[in-house]
Amino acid sequence: MDTRRGDEPVLRVEALSTVLDTPQGPLRAVDDVSFTIAAGETLALLGESGCGKSMTALSLIGLTPAHATRVLDGRVALGGDDLLALSERELRAVRGRRVGMVFQEPMSALNPVLTVGRQLAEALAAHRGLRGRAAREAGLALLDDVGIPDPAERWDTYPHQLSGGLKQRVVIAIALAGEPELLIADEPTTALDVTIQAQILALLARLQRERGMALLLITHDLAVVNEVADRVAVMYAGHLVETADRAALFAAPRHPYTRKLFAALPGAAQRGRRLSIIAGQVPPLTATLPACRFADRCEHAWAACFDTRPAWASDRGAQVRCHLYDTRMAGHPLPAALPSAEPVTTEAAGADAEALLDSRDVAVHFPITRGVLWRTVGHVRAVDGVSLRLARGRTLALVGESGCGKTTLGRALARLLDATAGRADFDGTDLLNLRGRGLRAARRNLQMIFQDPFSSMNPRMLVGEILTEGLIAQHIGRNSADRRRIAAELLADVGLPEGALERYPHEFSGGQRQRICIARALALEPKLLICDEPTSALDVSVQAQVLNLLARLQAERGLAYLFITHDMAVVSYLAHDIAVMYLGRIVESGPAERILRAPKHPYTQALLSATPSVDDAGRRERIRLTGDLPSPANPPSGCHFHPRCPHVMDRCRREDPAARDFGDGHTARCFLY
Amino acid sequence: MYVLLYTDALIYLLLIAIGVFAVFAARSKPLRVPWLRVFARPVGMVTLVVLLAYTVVGVLDSIHYRPVEATGDGGTRVASEVVSVLDTLARPLIEQNEQTYSAPFALDSYVQQVVTEADGRKVQTYPRLSYAGTRLDETGLTRVEDIARRGLVGAGYGLAAWLLGALALVLTIAAATRGPPQRVARRIAGGRTRLAWRAGLIAALVVSVCVGTLVVLAGDYHVLGTDKVGQDVFYQAVKSIRTGLAIGTLTTLVMLPFALVLGLLAGYFRGWVDDVIQYLYTTLSSIPGVLLIAAAVLMMQVYMANNADAFGTTTERADLRLLFLCLILGITSWTSLCRLLRAETRKLAELDYVAAARGLGSGPGRILARHMLPNVMHIVLIQVVLDFSALVLAEAVLSYIGVGVDPSMNSWGNMINSARLEMAREPIVWWPLFAAFVFMLVLVLAANLFADVVRDAFDPRLRGAEGGEGADANDDSAPLQPAGGAR
Repeated sequence: MDTRRGDEPVLRVEALSTVLDTPQGPLRAVDDVSFTIAAGETLALLGESGCGKSMTALSLIGLTPAHATRVLDGRVALGGDDLLALSERELRAVRGRRVGMVFQEPMSALNPVLTVGRQLAEALAAHRGLRGRAAREAGLALLDDVGIPDPAERWDTYPHQLSGGLKQRVVIAIALAGEPELLIADEPTTALDVTIQAQILALLARLQRERGMALLLITHDLAVVNEVADRVAVMYAGHLVETADRAALFAAPRHPYTRKLFAALPGAAQRGRRLSIIAGQVPPLTATLPACRFADRCEHAWAACFDTRPAWASDRGAQVRCHLYDTRMAGHPLPAALPSAEPVTTEAAGADAEALLDSRDVAVHFPITRGVLWRTVGHVRAVDGVSLRLARGRTLALVGESGCGKTTLGRALARLLDATAGRADFDGTDLLNLRGRGLRAARRNLQMIFQDPFSSMNPRMLVGEILTEGLIAQHIGRNSADRRRIAAELLADVGLPEGALERYPHEFSGGQRQRICIARALALEPKLLICDEPTSALDVSVQAQVLNLLARLQAERGLAYLFITHDMAVVSYLAHDIAVMYLGRIVESGPAERILRAPKHPYTQALLSATPSVDDAGRRERIRLTGDLPSPANPPSGCHFHPRCPHVMDRCRREDPAARDFGDGHTARCFLY
Repeated sequence: MYVLLYTDALIYLLLIAIGVFAVFAARSKPLRVPWLRVFARPVGMVTLVVLLAYTVVGVLDSIHYRPVEATGDGGTRVASEVVSVLDTLARPLIEQNEQTYSAPFALDSYVQQVVTEADGRKVQTYPRLSYAGTRLDETGLTRVEDIARRGLVGAGYGLAAWLLGALALVLTIAAATRGPPQRVARRIAGGRTRLAWRAGLIAALVVSVCVGTLVVLAGDYHVLGTDKVGQDVFYQAVKSIRTGLAIGTLTTLVMLPFALVLGLLAGYFRGWVDDVIQYLYTTLSSIPGVLLIAAAVLMMQVYMANNADAFGTTTERADLRLLFLCLILGITSWTSLCRLLRAETRKLAELDYVAAARGLGSGPGRILARHMLPNVMHIVLIQVVLDFSALVLAEAVLSYIGVGVDPSMNSWGNMINSARLEMAREPIVWWPLFAAFVFMLVLVLAANLFADVVRDAFDPRLRGAEGGEGADANDDSAPLQPAGGAR
């Protein structure tokens, strides 16, 4: 692995290995990992969860759990020093001073009881010896540098008073306090919304350019890699399997694993086709692994892959660790183009199909209460007059940033929350005004799938009990043997063996759990599934399995989906219709192709533009929204979007725009038209 | 004539419930597997053996009857006094009373007394005990030799009993697994069995040798000395086991329904249900518990004194007082568990699986029973065991201020209460307090350790090794056990 420009890189990692002690035996989290990062360069360490990428970052700066670290071997050269040879005391001088760190969750990275200024000043005092007025001035300059408006005003605020995006900016400012040569950013935008993610990625890119830092970006998101990385290192099960320049990688991924990752990505191009999946799952690193760790799941593997460790091979400007690219192994390099996915033949129901769900002016307001007497002093207008129409057998994607009320709307329609106003006609009955027996019967036709596959199943029930719960509640099946048979059929339908009935949910991986959740929902043979971000907690290859399953079930059973998500790639892959939500209201809705191709509302335009993508070879000019989502307790006057809108007019501040029809059911609420 | 006391009935009920639960657990896999995991841990097996030993004593002391005794004119009549099987077994200990204090294994009294000699002189001396080392003169052995010999004989009995038990166990396992007994024995000795039989057998060996030794020694010595009126302290401590177990378990039995039902209802339904239950337990927990207990017990005492003929014997009266104490302790002690359960239920009710269950159309009763109750059971288990120890101690405190169990009933609390004066004596009388302390410590420690093992076994999150997901957590921070190797 040569460095660009030939000069000495900021960070040179050679044969880094980390072994941890676990109750299951030694865990080889990082195995023989080598890479370099030059000044001003961004290296993205890409991999799915459990592949050891975070542990790599922790190993670099000696932050692996001390009591459990069995081996920490190799060479980590930062400038001239070998970090692994330093004592804990010397390492402390390196951390923060020469190596800055930004972690995923901005809330837990800041101390909630100290002000922002105090925390920043502490970092400045520790790393640069600045105190008092000097620290405050340097701190304010840093806050200004990371794009925080009114730094002087924010200096004395507490972390909880800031939004997620601002908090992450503060975390970055603290990481920069020591003017580090190397910044390690571990999934810095994963917890953030798309528009905020775009802001943070742009900020990181700018800071790196201005300061000439080396940036190690750890992520699972190919689109983020495409957005900011110069070079990419792909990690799988503790090994690096491929390193390449970004352009080379995105033009033609080489390693079978990387290729599979790309093929598993949903997007408009895959529409109507099955996504490629990787068989099996990432093996536990405590297990005995084949020489090439991907061999078990690779369709191209042959005997050599299991007993000879692949060497690094060069292929058109990329390094890949696979026998296929090794001339001594007589491998045949894979073609540059990815194989095209097989199409799913069935066509979805037409847009003019009979409406299954027709909601009008649904509102959910939560009272804000104060004082001893619980006096209501205001309302959080989480959902504020939403009308939706969903036809049988189609997928309506409800898109929006977190806090826009999309989950609340989904729960209100599923009657897990009580709506304040409005009606929702579902199959001829008004769902929102049902009570008692009628409601219980209606639940059969409408089921929900939740975001977190870990909290959506009772950990103390067997999968068999989970699946039959609905059958018992709805009096389906004559006896327990009958219900068990139904449960086994459901499991088979979602691709799990019958033996799973006798196991507990925690014995399954995230993707398998999500499939069990789908089977539970299907048990009642519903007509509508409300899917609340069902894939956002999953890795790309697992997400593909779940999306394929959902597509197949829709084709086979004519299910309608209300798909709540913030992921535009998933939307463009499977949605027939789209409704864009902003601050409790639908700002634009219509057929998916029309909205994705020609969005009308400025918010939709910004949302689509901010979404990073793997498709473009070059990086587009983006519409970047400034600021954050306002609080739904105190929404802006007129058009809710006007404070962030690039096209704002006087009228927007005063009046709320009415929906305007653009034909084909495409409507938007904006004064521009 | 057999006599059924109220607490006996409740203790039997508890044992039957445990038995039914055991059969039920053996048949259902989700219950059997974690329980087997409990007994696969040496700590689980050892504490179980200790708890079983205590339980056996407690049960022996809970079978009451009135013995048939011979009257002077050759006929028989039923005695007015109620005794238990344990009392019958330990008859010599009850009858062999000394004058006053004597130290463990002492031959002479601990207190100087004025004794009239054969020649009529009065001397101050430490008189010889009537029931300690009575055979020394006959055999010509010294005290230490006699104690050692008796101890060895007792240990031999214990060992023999243990050997029989161990043999029975090996044969049972061999029959169940259809393997040769020799191999089963070798596997147990090597610690290669799935359940921790070896640890259990070692614990049983220690227990049976101790019991054997103590029983034989108690025949001719006061192994833990005697108290102020010359009663054997060892016997008192053993008799106290039943009182401790009864207070610890029956109180919990009384308290659990309140805490569970009210806690779950308050946490799940919220709104006015929550308000009512909160006000109830806040009010109740603001009243000093001791005050409430004292008032109730004193009222009970007066009632009993006024209606003495309603109670056949002093034993029955003491028993009713014990039951009443359990009830009142239960009624005052459910609030803390209820508060914990309310908070946990509130948290659980927010989880997606509860939403999913509602979405499937499950009613609140089913959700509470299937989703809430099993997920708060670990809190119940921990709290119950902590309460068990706390209740055994509360009994001591209440007896100290005179509102505990009946003074005629043996209990560790009463022993500790009387130790108040004994500790102030010069020279100090330490053995009653020591006996109560050791018996209580072993019981509470065993219960605490057992509860730890049970909780570990039932917590599904601690069972990662069997699951298919091990790798998911590796990236961030798998639950890592401490280990020696550091760089």
